[in-house]
Parts: sequence; structure tokens; C-alpha cells
Amino acid sequence: MVSRTQRTPFAEWWWTVDRLTLAAIGALMLAGIILLLAASPPVATKLGLDPFHFVNRQILYLVPAIAIMLGASFLSPRQIRRLALAVFVISTLLLAATLFVGTEIKGARRWIVLLGVNIQPSEFVKPAFVILIAWLFAESSRRPEMPANTVALFLLGLVGSLLILQPDFGQTMLIAMVWGALFFIAGMRVIWVVGLGGAAIVGLTGAYFTVPHVARRFKRFFDPSSGDTFQIDNAVESFLRGGWFGKGPGEGVVKRILPDSHADFIFAVAAEEFGIVLCIVIVALFSFIVIRTLSRAFHNEDAFARFAAAGLAVLFGAQSAINMAVNLHLIPAKGMTLPFISYGGSSLLSLAYGMGMLLALTRERPRAEQLQSRGHFHPAGSLA
Amino acid sequence: MTAVPHDKAPADKGGLLARLLYGRGVDRDAKAKARVGLAILAFGLIYAVIAGRLVMYGVSSDGPSAKRGSGGDVVATARPDILDRNGAVLATDVRMPSLFGEPRRIIDVDEAVELLTATLPDIDGRELRERLSSNKGFVWLKREITPLQQQQIHKLGLPGIGFLAENKRVYPNGPEVSHVIGHVNIDNQGIAGLEKWLDSRGLADLHSLGFAIDRQQKPVELAVDLRVQHVLRAELVAAKDKFKAIAASGLVTDVRTGEIVGMVSLPDYDPNDPRQALDKTRLNRLTTGVFEMGSTFKALTVAMALDSGKVSLSSSFDARQSLRYGKFDINDYHAQKRILTVPEIFTYSSNIGTARMALALGVEHHKAFLKKMGQLDRLRTEIPESAEPLVPKRWAELNTVTIAFGHGLSVAPLQAVMGVGALMNGGKLIPPTFLKRTQAEADAIAKQVIKPETSDRMRYLMRLNAEKGSARKVDIPGYYVGGKTGTAEKVVNGRYSKTKLLTTFMAVFPADQPKYLVTILLDEPQPIPETKGYATSGWNAAPTAANVITRVAPLLGVEPRFDLPTADKQILAVTAGIR
Repeated sequence: MVSRTQRTPFAEWWWTVDRLTLAAIGALMLAGIILLLAASPPVATKLGLDPFHFVNRQILYLVPAIAIMLGASFLSPRQIRRLALAVFVISTLLLAATLFVGTEIKGARRWIVLLGVNIQPSEFVKPAFVILIAWLFAESSRRPEMPANTVALFLLGLVGSLLILQPDFGQTMLIAMVWGALFFIAGMRVIWVVGLGGAAIVGLTGAYFTVPHVARRFKRFFDPSSGDTFQIDNAVESFLRGGWFGKGPGEGVVKRILPDSHADFIFAVAAEEFGIVLCIVIVALFSFIVIRTLSRAFHNEDAFARFAAAGLAVLFGAQSAINMAVNLHLIPAKGMTLPFISYGGSSLLSLAYGMGMLLALTRERPRAEQLQSRGHFHPAGSLA
Repeated sequence: MTAVPHDKAPADKGGLLARLLYGRGVDRDAKAKARVGLAILAFGLIYAVIAGRLVMYGVSSDGPSAKRGSGGDVVATARPDILDRNGAVLATDVRMPSLFGEPRRIIDVDEAVELLTATLPDIDGRELRERLSSNKGFVWLKREITPLQQQQIHKLGLPGIGFLAENKRVYPNGPEVSHVIGHVNIDNQGIAGLEKWLDSRGLADLHSLGFAIDRQQKPVELAVDLRVQHVLRAELVAAKDKFKAIAASGLVTDVRTGEIVGMVSLPDYDPNDPRQALDKTRLNRLTTGVFEMGSTFKALTVAMALDSGKVSLSSSFDARQSLRYGKFDINDYHAQKRILTVPEIFTYSSNIGTARMALALGVEHHKAFLKKMGQLDRLRTEIPESAEPLVPKRWAELNTVTIAFGHGLSVAPLQAVMGVGALMNGGKLIPPTFLKRTQAEADAIAKQVIKPETSDRMRYLMRLNAEKGSARKVDIPGYYVGGKTGTAEKVVNGRYSKTKLLTTFMAVFPADQPKYLVTILLDEPQPIPETKGYATSGWNAAPTAANVITRVAPLLGVEPRFDLPTADKQILAVTAGIR
């Protein structure tokens, strides 16, 4: 047991970090491994790989991921900002680079080979982007002379256009949503909320009419007979077949026919083998992490920490909610992975980084330290 | 908060953009806090919807409708098995694949038609193309294909072509029990016999609600004994063949409970190929046909006379000359030209004697008695096939005269069997049933229609007839059989024909402790050398009944008893002693 009397850095971390959220994240990681054990072997065999290829890789990635998460959770808000700026600059450059040197997979250039490892820069952009936007909105309220809002809008445009060029509409939508959520939390007037909502509708309508596959997906959602609903039919069947307690590990059959059973549709595959009860437990874990983080942000008095923690929570929550809603046929199909559960090295590392920062930002800190980080005693600026 | 007063009104200091975005004079800190609270609510709501959807799937996966909806499952709904009284399967369900198409998903209709016609040569290519070219979501292509064909088509890998497992009704005994169980249509709905009764009993409602897909339905147990049924059918096939009859039918009934242990009506059909049932000649003559039963009906007349108390076994009637009634002349086939006692009238099957007996009691009494015996109303059993008896509109004395010896009133043979059964079993009229029935259930619905003593006397007469009369051919040693022959002339062009006969025979065994009644009907049997040119009941229907009894009595567990005394001692004396 860690003693409260000795003020080592670890003891200080242990007693201030949100241990329940940490436990929930750990549970999700574990669930991810178990569900991959069920869902990924058919995909691996189809690709001619070792049946447990994806499981082994996921476990391999978990080691650095846990290190990154714990490391990030030790950071102070100032360190978080500095690191985020660095990560943002590097990954945005890589994002731009994918357009020229990226490997094209399924019609999109999202991947770049760096030191022999395939990485997806868009994953790393997300958490860093959230931190920067949160800082900008926090500054805009504190130091109005800085053009913070303009810069935030510019960053959205920059990242958004890079993502659309790949093309990756899912991620674009996600960062736009988080940006909007932060803007909303930062206290924008209701008229702008309406305006932003309108812009989102215009954007979706635009996508509907200009991008053929978006239109098809919408049509299919509202009229399943209009096209191929193979994936979603099988996902729904998976839930029905599984029932409350599932058919048992290895007893599933839908995973053999669903192409993305280890990634986008892992939730449905899990339902067939482990049952709806386990799915509800997973939903509970996600909602616990999101709502607990938001409530900590609610009580936090530091504007930056509040915005950043809320932004990361919204990012995490939106991604999980969209994935599960697609699996459950609640919204039209949209490629989105389930955080910590779906297979994906880049996604795992980026999530670890994001959740590490989330843990750091929700740590209980003395009020004096908070005020300090507010910059009240350091008028020169926190980012310096 | 008070330490940072400039936070209170940030917009005042901010530029135009900030004021536009956030409004003037707003506490953005408090506002932000409230909006984080809103975000908490929003996420709580979103996750609740997701969890709710999961619960919805969980609940519907429990229901049977979801089980059916999840692909590759049964369309035609399941039916309960039908078993005979010993548990042998008479009808059961087998899962068969059926081929369907989803025209909207088909990519190349020409390819699909070409490959499917190559695999299923008996399919109509033009109709197939029409169906696949339609804009429907779902079309049947061929119902109930073989597993081999399914595999071949599966290997073609055609998009938009699929299989659904359907329940196909199978009758493992072929035509053996056809008229009893009936058959089903392609959607597994009962359309004849007991299969239809199953549907009318509520199975159809279960189907429409989607509850009858479970294979765990309770099987239906029939009164029919498959072994008895087999013997009865084999003997009737042989008899129909031997006497070149156009039809032959028979019944084995348990007189104690009204159970129908065997029922065959030839020509019959194979319920596995229901098209045969459309042939009019294959209808069930025992329930759907009505016939003038001939002399077997005399049993009812004699019973009526004895039961009235006005006539006893020692009463006698004048049969010296033919009975002239208007322009009709009633004669006896075995004319004795003397005064006959009641047992003589029965064993010589005297038309004149029975007619005089009925006249002695009067038209109204006769009519009321037949009504009581269930001969004037439509007899309804579990199976939907039944017929209304043909009752004369004006019932005058002449009608009573002819009906007394079995002409002028057409009833379904099963109806007559019910009536004669009541004469045998101690006087209780029990509606016949195709389902298993216990003695207690039978007693609960039985109606006492004649006195038990009358029933004893009737069995004495039946036995006497086998000992000395026209039914000598059924006196099988050991079973103490009693019987009554009947030969009715069929009406051809409005006149009774001398050559077209309907011969009937009813035999009860053992006559002293009645258990079973065997009834045989032959339609237009022909005289053959073996019968010395005769075609009457004693020469064809009676020997057939004898063959049936010889074979079924051991199966039905009737113990043979040998060296029993004659009927007057075994039946009359014993029962008179008891009563």
C-alpha cells in the first residue's frame, strides 16, 4: 500500500488520480483482449495470418499504451499543453504527408510507414487537437486580446480539410463534434448553437448529395431493402442470436461472415458469444468513464482543465456511442472503432495518450496549484 | 473567484468577435459549468438509449418471433405428431429446404436463370425469369427441394438466392390411414381429416401468432391401431379384388367406448400425394357417403320392438304371404311361407316379419326411436367429412315398412355402426371418436337408449344368426362372434337393381361380453364361381369380416375361449340369471 505520509511523486499521483476511472479503463482493455480472442481469429485466418495474430499484436501494443497512459497521467497541465503542441505539429505534418506518401487501403490514404511501423496520424491528431482547442477557448475568456477564437476556427479548418482529403469522414465528423462541444461548453450564445447545428445539417446534406456512399448509407438505414445491408443485418442478427447470456465463447457464427468483426463490428460479435448482459456492462463502463470525467470537469475551477477534460471525455464518449449505435442499427452505418475494444495499434496508443491526459487533468490538485496554473501569478502565459 | 475580478466581465474587454460569440456581460465561468452539466445529461441520455436498445434486443431474442426471424428458419409452421393408440407415428414433420429469390439483390438474372434451370430441370424457365425480373423483395422459386439440390445451388454462389427451412408433413404409412388423418397443403395447413380438425382446434390461431413453430408440441394420440388398420385394409383390398367390387370399406369400433380402432375406405389415396384426394371416387364412404343399409338395419327394428315391451322373443308374425302395400309387394329373399317367431325373422332376415313388427308399433314410435338412435341427424366426428342422412320428407306407413328392413332411409355407415353399437353394449349410445377415449370418458357422454335386457336379447339374436342363420361363415372358433348380414339393392335410374348390390356385414365379438364391432361394406360385388353365383352379403362381406376378425382379435387382446355353450345358454340364461 502506498503511504500517505511519504510524499513521493508516485504516492502523490496515487492519492490524487481518479482510481475508479483508471480501473474502468483497465477493465475495458481487458474486455478488449477477451473480445478480440473471440472476434479476430476468423478475420486473421481469412487473411492467411496466425489465428491469434490480432490478439498478440493488441497485447503487444498494450504494453507501450499502458506506459504512455500512466506517463501522461503524471503530467501537469502546463506539460500537457506543451506536449500536445508538439504532438499536434508532428502529427499534422504526418497527416499532410499521408496525402503524398501514404499507403492506400480500401480507397483511402490514412496510413504512413514510419520506422517500419504502420501508423495512422489522424488518430494522434485527435487528442492533441482537443487539448489545443480547450486551451484556446480557455484563453479567449481570460485574455480577450488574444485572437484565440480565430485560431481555434483555423485549426478546425486545417485538420478538417486534411482529414477530408484522405478521405476520412468519420474522423472529420468526430473532431468537428468535439470542437463544437467545446465551443458550446466555453459559453457561446444560443444563437450560435443553433447556427452550428444548422451548419452540421448543411454539411451532412452536402455530403449526402456530393458523396455517393454517404447517400447510400442513409438510404439503406431508412429503407433496408434499397441496397446491401449485409453488415447491419448480420450485426442485428448477432444480438438476437446471442440473447441475454450469449451462445458461449467460440460458438458464434456471425463473426465468420462479418468482414470487420475485429474492428467496427466487434460489439455485435461480442453480443453473440458473450450475451447482451456483457454488452450492457461495456456500455456501463463507457458511460461511467465519460460521465465521471465530465462531473469532475464540472467541479474543476480551472477553465483549461475543465475544457480539456470535458473535450477528451466528449471525444471518447462520442466515438464509443457512435460505434455502438451503428452496431445496434440506431444510426446509419459509419466506420468508427470502439475505444480500447476494437483492434488497432495507432488507435490504442492514441487512446492511451488521450486517457492519460484525461487522468492527469482530473487529478485532485490543491487550489493554490490550480490558481497558479490559471496563470494568475504568471501573467507571462502558461504555454511559455 | 473574488481574487480575479476581471473574469467577471470578460466580454467587455474582448473584441467584437468575442462579444458576438459569447454575448455581453456574461459570467462565462458559470455558464461553462452549467454547460458541462448539460453535456453530462446528454451523454447519460445517449448511453441510456444504447442500453435500452440492447435490452430491447435481449427481450425480443427471448420471444419466438425473433427466433423465427433470424435467418434460415421455418416458414411453414410445425404441426404436432399424430400417433396411433400404441404410439406408432402416423404423421410427422420433416425439415425441408425451400428455394427463394430476392429479385432486388440479383445482379444477373440471365445467369441465375441459366444456372438454376441446369440444376433443377423440372423448373419452368420462363416463369423463373419472370419471377426474378420482378421488383419484389421476396419470391418463392421452388418449395421443398432435396438437400442435394440445395447443396448444388448453394455452390453456384448466386447472390439474391437463398433457402428457408420449411416443415414438410410426412405420412410414413402412406395410404394406410389416409381417410382418418387426412392431409395438409403446401403451407402445412390441414385441409382434410384429423389434420383439419387440428387446425380448427386452435392450431391455426397459434400459427398466425407465430407460436406453433416449436417442435415440442404435444403429439395427438388417436384411437386407431395401426396393426388393425393394416389388417383391415389388406383384407378389404383382397376382397375388393376378389369380388371385383367398385369400392370396399370397413370399420373396427370398440363398442364400450365408441373409439374407432380401424377405418378404411377403398379406393383411398396417399396423403403424401394429396392430389389423389381430388378424385371423387376416393372419398371416405363411411362418413361422407350415405347408403340404404339393407338388412343390417333390421337389427334396429327388432331392438325397437323388443325394447317397447309389446313384443318378446317368443312373439310371432305372419310371413305366409307377401305384404302388399299400395302397388308395392314386399317379399322375403329366403321365403319360409309360414308364421315366424322373432328369432326366426332375424335369422331368416324376413322383410315381411320386420315390416309387420314396425307397423305394429306405429310410424311415430318408429320415427322417434330412429331419432333417439341418432339415425336421422348428421353425425359429426372430429374429422370434417360428414354427410346428412337422406330422410323421407313425408314419413308415411309405407316409409316405415321399407325403413324397417333398411330401405328408404340413407345414412352414413358410421352412423349405423354407432346405432348397432348401442344395441350391443348394453344400450348406451356413444358418439364415435377418432381420439383415444377412456371408459370413464365414454360413460360420461353415453346415453342409455334401450334397456340392458334388450341389448342382451339382441346379442343373443346376433350370435344365433352365426350359429344357425345367414352369418354362419363368421363363426370363428374361440371368439364367439355374432353377426348380421345385409344386402341392399342399389337404386339405378330410380328403380332397385337386382344386380347392383351393396352388401354389408356387422359382427360383434365376443357376443356374450361385447368388445368390438366389425363392419364391412362392399359396393357392387360380383358373383364368382366360388360363391356359386351368389353376390349376397353372406357370400362376400361375411367371409371378409371373418378374415378380419381372425387376424385382429389376437391383436386387440381378445382371449379365445373354446367349447362355449350355445347362445341361449351362454347369453340369455346367464344374463337372465343376473337380472
